[in-house]
Amino acid sequence: MNGAQERKAFVRGSRYRGTAAEIVSVAETRKGPEPGSPPQGGPRDASLKIVIVDESPIRAAILEDGLREAGFVQVERITETRNLLARIYALDPDVILIDLENPSRDELEQMFQVSRIVKRPVAMFVDQSDAASIQASVDAGVSAYIVGNLQKDRIKTILDLCISRFNAFSRLQSELDEAKGALEERKIIDRAKGVLMKAKGLTEEQAYSLLRKTAMNENKKIADIAQSVLTAAELFK
Amino acid sequence: MKTHLRIGYIPLIDATPILVAADHGFAEAEGLAIDLVREVSWSNVRDKLNLGLFDASHMLAPLPVASSLGIGHVKVPLIVPFTLALNGNAITVSPSLYNELAAAADGNVADPHVSARALHRVVADRRARGAPVLNFGMTFPFSNHNYQLRFWMAAGGVDPDEDVRLVVLPPPYMVESLTSGHVDCFCVGAPWNSVAVDNGVGHILHFGRDIVRRMSEKVLAVRENWANDNPETLSALIRALAKAAAFAEDPANLAAVCENVGLRIGADAEVVSRTLKGVLKTTTQGETRSSDEYILLERGQANRPDRAHAAWMYADMVRWRQAPLTAELGSIADNVFRPELYDRALGHAPATAVTDPPDRIGAFAGPDFVPADFAGYLESWRTRPPGRPRLTVVR
Repeated sequence: MNGAQERKAFVRGSRYRGTAAEIVSVAETRKGPEPGSPPQGGPRDASLKIVIVDESPIRAAILEDGLREAGFVQVERITETRNLLARIYALDPDVILIDLENPSRDELEQMFQVSRIVKRPVAMFVDQSDAASIQASVDAGVSAYIVGNLQKDRIKTILDLCISRFNAFSRLQSELDEAKGALEERKIIDRAKGVLMKAKGLTEEQAYSLLRKTAMNENKKIADIAQSVLTAAELFK
Repeated sequence: MKTHLRIGYIPLIDATPILVAADHGFAEAEGLAIDLVREVSWSNVRDKLNLGLFDASHMLAPLPVASSLGIGHVKVPLIVPFTLALNGNAITVSPSLYNELAAAADGNVADPHVSARALHRVVADRRARGAPVLNFGMTFPFSNHNYQLRFWMAAGGVDPDEDVRLVVLPPPYMVESLTSGHVDCFCVGAPWNSVAVDNGVGHILHFGRDIVRRMSEKVLAVRENWANDNPETLSALIRALAKAAAFAEDPANLAAVCENVGLRIGADAEVVSRTLKGVLKTTTQGETRSSDEYILLERGQANRPDRAHAAWMYADMVRWRQAPLTAELGSIADNVFRPELYDRALGHAPATAVTDPPDRIGAFAGPDFVPADFAGYLESWRTRPPGRPRLTVVR
């Protein structure tokens, strides 16, 4: 179990209390707020302006959807990070969410500094007591900053949602990669079958069972054996 | 059985001792297997080291001091048992700012006293004309790049917080930002100054060593707890890095080192070579300048952490209002750099002490730095020039 799952997540103003993993499934199964139930985080939080800085437009969109479903209506996305601070000051957000693959994260750190371009004090969401929160967000690949004197517990909902959406996104990503890989393997096996059928006069079924038997004997994946067949066929050309 | 270590780094030439230790067998010889993790931001490096996702990390020298003081972020005590590089930065200006400075200079603009005074005149002149405020790029709030730019311009009477704008930029964006005019000048490490010159968009005005002659630039940082729990592993790592740093600086190994480092950081081997040799092309016309103090990986006891440097950085933090001046914070800062851990790993203390420069820092302006007289040092900046009263505009 990693920190993200282990951590007890608390969702203010909601019926849901459980681990972050449970919250993920809640976020996935629920299509928008249930009729009659207040948005997560309560009505006054709907006025929070949230900026998402993410170079992945798809992930940013997924996160924005999640925030809107949770009742946060003022959500802006920044995908172009040139002149990032100026863009952020122009939007004047209460909360900033940024992906950790983004080199521009260092620019945000400057907002903590005394400088005449800072409009108001900025504090990071995480402090000494929040090691678990930092762990969970770093695991998920996202960091959050709050602007001004916002109470920390008011953005707990947002961060939890953010973490769950980022985790869901990377799960989708790896599923997609797996699917791509499987498709690739399928193609390799088909081509190897073709080589065997031609070289040894086998039927498709016989060719496949030869590949499978060899793979079992050598304790390898069928796709690996198929790849060896293709390599060998290339050499014998 | 090898001990596995996860070490984070930012693709910069001053990560060389770590990269060489991992790739040229020095870690292995000490029974270590280094898993290098390339990172994109100093904030990530800091967070991942703090959380224990890294065992050790390449880090801006002031950052473990800031982390131990708990300024800017969560307070996590970090220590420095090894310095990866002394110096290595440069200040690069756009050709148009270079021309403005040269026109306003009362002497050779390569002299930082002259260039700082010239900058003051340029700033005043631009204000009088209603021209836009100059922008200066640096890499992180807790970085020598920030402090060196500030030290330099303040010595000429420019207030870095009032008269110009300092902006944080990730190093890979520096050159693009200078090209687009988003910044007029930047202070950054290698290879980015050379890249700007090669692209024809910048002049290298000063090497970092012109501003401060001897300064810890990047260090190896570890959590204090981790160091206490793993003394043998830490000593083995220090020895591996020391051998790697010496290997990397030996001209006989230059070609092999530059090729490997170039691959690791995504830079031309030739650019890496220029940097390590300290021979840099400084202008788009192809003028070069060399200094054997441009960057030091091992020479001059570069690797032995110097407490005076940590004190200097804390003084910078106080001077630029990043941290309050208290005895408690002062003593925490004083305990971040650990020369005794370095000596323990190597099995001996250095035979001779560093005496050049006398205060082991050598700032180009102001009095020698005396770590024990912090308050006096800071007072000297309040009462002596940073240039009040302001200079008049000279055309």
